[in-house]
Amino acid sequence: MSVATEQATAPTAAAPGRDGRPRRPWSAARLSRIVALLALAAVVLFPVYYTVVGSVMGPGDIASAPPSLIPHTLTFANYRGVFHAIPLGRQYFNSTLVALSITVAQVVCAVLSAYAFVFLAVPFKRAFFALFLLTLMVPWEAIIIPNFLFMADHQLRNNYLALILPFLAGGFGTFLLRQSFRSFPVELRDAATLDGAGHLRFLLRILLPLSRPAIASVAIFVFLSAWNQFFWPLLITDSPRMQTLQIGLASLNDAEQADPGLILAGVSMALIPTALLVAFGQRFLVRGLTAGAVR
Amino acid sequence: MLGLALLLPSVAVFVLFIFWPLARTFKLSTTGQDLFGRANRSVGLANFKAVLHDPDFSRVLGVTAGYVLLTVLPSILLALVLALLLQQPIRGLRVLRSAFAMPFAYSVAAASVVFAALFNPAIGIANYLVTSLGFAPVNWLTQPGTALLSIAITTIWMSLGYNMLVLLAGIGGVDDQLYEAARLDGAGTLRIAWSITVPMITPTLFFLIVVDTITALQSFGQIHLLTKGGPTGHTTTLVYWIYHTAFANGASDYGTGSAQAIVLLAVVIAVTAIQFGVLERKVFYR
Repeated sequence: MSVATEQATAPTAAAPGRDGRPRRPWSAARLSRIVALLALAAVVLFPVYYTVVGSVMGPGDIASAPPSLIPHTLTFANYRGVFHAIPLGRQYFNSTLVALSITVAQVVCAVLSAYAFVFLAVPFKRAFFALFLLTLMVPWEAIIIPNFLFMADHQLRNNYLALILPFLAGGFGTFLLRQSFRSFPVELRDAATLDGAGHLRFLLRILLPLSRPAIASVAIFVFLSAWNQFFWPLLITDSPRMQTLQIGLASLNDAEQADPGLILAGVSMALIPTALLVAFGQRFLVRGLTAGAVR
Repeated sequence: MLGLALLLPSVAVFVLFIFWPLARTFKLSTTGQDLFGRANRSVGLANFKAVLHDPDFSRVLGVTAGYVLLTVLPSILLALVLALLLQQPIRGLRVLRSAFAMPFAYSVAAASVVFAALFNPAIGIANYLVTSLGFAPVNWLTQPGTALLSIAITTIWMSLGYNMLVLLAGIGGVDDQLYEAARLDGAGTLRIAWSITVPMITPTLFFLIVVDTITALQSFGQIHLLTKGGPTGHTTTLVYWIYHTAFANGASDYGTGSAQAIVLLAVVIAVTAIQFGVLERKVFYR
């Protein structure tokens, strides 16, 4: 734990007030904290560096022993090559279609059910809510066999419906939006009712616009997990043109002579939407991630 | 009535794809198959007996437990060190935060194929490091001693971004006045981290332990892509065992697979219940 001991000698750090631009002189303690951060960054970010840099390396660099860490030649042949190795364009489309459909459907379902739980009278409300929570506790892997049989029985293998239908609704979104709707100011709701706004108008004109951050959290979170799914698409598709990008990456890896350059080019392209979401949607992500942690 | 109608879409999906399959898993687990794989007779608890008496069973449980132990706490501890280092103001903090969060953008497939290349015995960076230090090269993914460790390292890396983001959110919620009081008392940075930050974020740590354990118990992709459960079952966890029984290499033993799935369900529920029973008493709620 060299990091911890370096931290111990940093009495000037953690200044009150986060001005972000400390103007204090460089002390040995500050320096050691920065060294620790940079060392950790080198380790943690190496796979990311390797993904991007390896994808533009020629075979002489990437498939050499010892491996080169800096490209001697720059090539985009790997990016062209992936499109020949797998139907990447089509798989990109499949992943996008599936992930977007699931995201839209889950957000709509979550808005409707969260609205019912918070603003409407529902018989057996507590029992229904327990049912929604229960869905979060059943591991998908424990029910994957009957779901697979259901799709197989209905000739839905290698079909978009099989990739989308089981995930049209989820307990997570309802849970998060319910939290958000519950903190909605009662006065605003009463004012809307006095103005004669019905449920639909209240929902569309007032509640949803004011709940945009929570909805963004749900949407980003659902999109990420849908885009990244692996076990289910692997089971339910075997024709390359119906497979998602993730399964395409796996088939590049399983190929007789796996080409690291092709694999890394494929990974780089598959990462584009998720890396953008993590970089720019972080604020919303954290809110979704901690919905259960911070009470 | 309107309320029920709004719940209907979600409930319909849950019934069709979660609750009915759950019931069917129980039913299938007591069903035997004919030679053609058609489920055609009830066999009572025979499938469960077969699973529990399977010589592989104890090894699968051991591998599953080992995998959870090798991944959950190491990843949370590493993420905690990162979050504590990133907690204080520093130039370029936003960039560093986003950079450290990047593993979260990797899907299980993306991370696994990248680490497969890193662990490649001939051209991978892992053996480059090992041989530079003067050791013999290691067949990371095909040796019993290192296969599970390699998968665990991949998983730790993957979960690091998520764990760090959650911990940073938890740390951000700690009252600044506590820090100021501690500093007035002359406490050093490490003392503050250990005596104030960590106790104040125990709810977040508890949340992460529970969520990461459940995620680890459900891991599939990294095992499938890195070792396929091998060598000779040394990385076959409960979930991979189910896959192996019900789907891999043309297998279609859905009865036994369903009995294994019930075991998985029981393990997940039991572990979660134990964590709530034991750990939650140590959690400091504000």
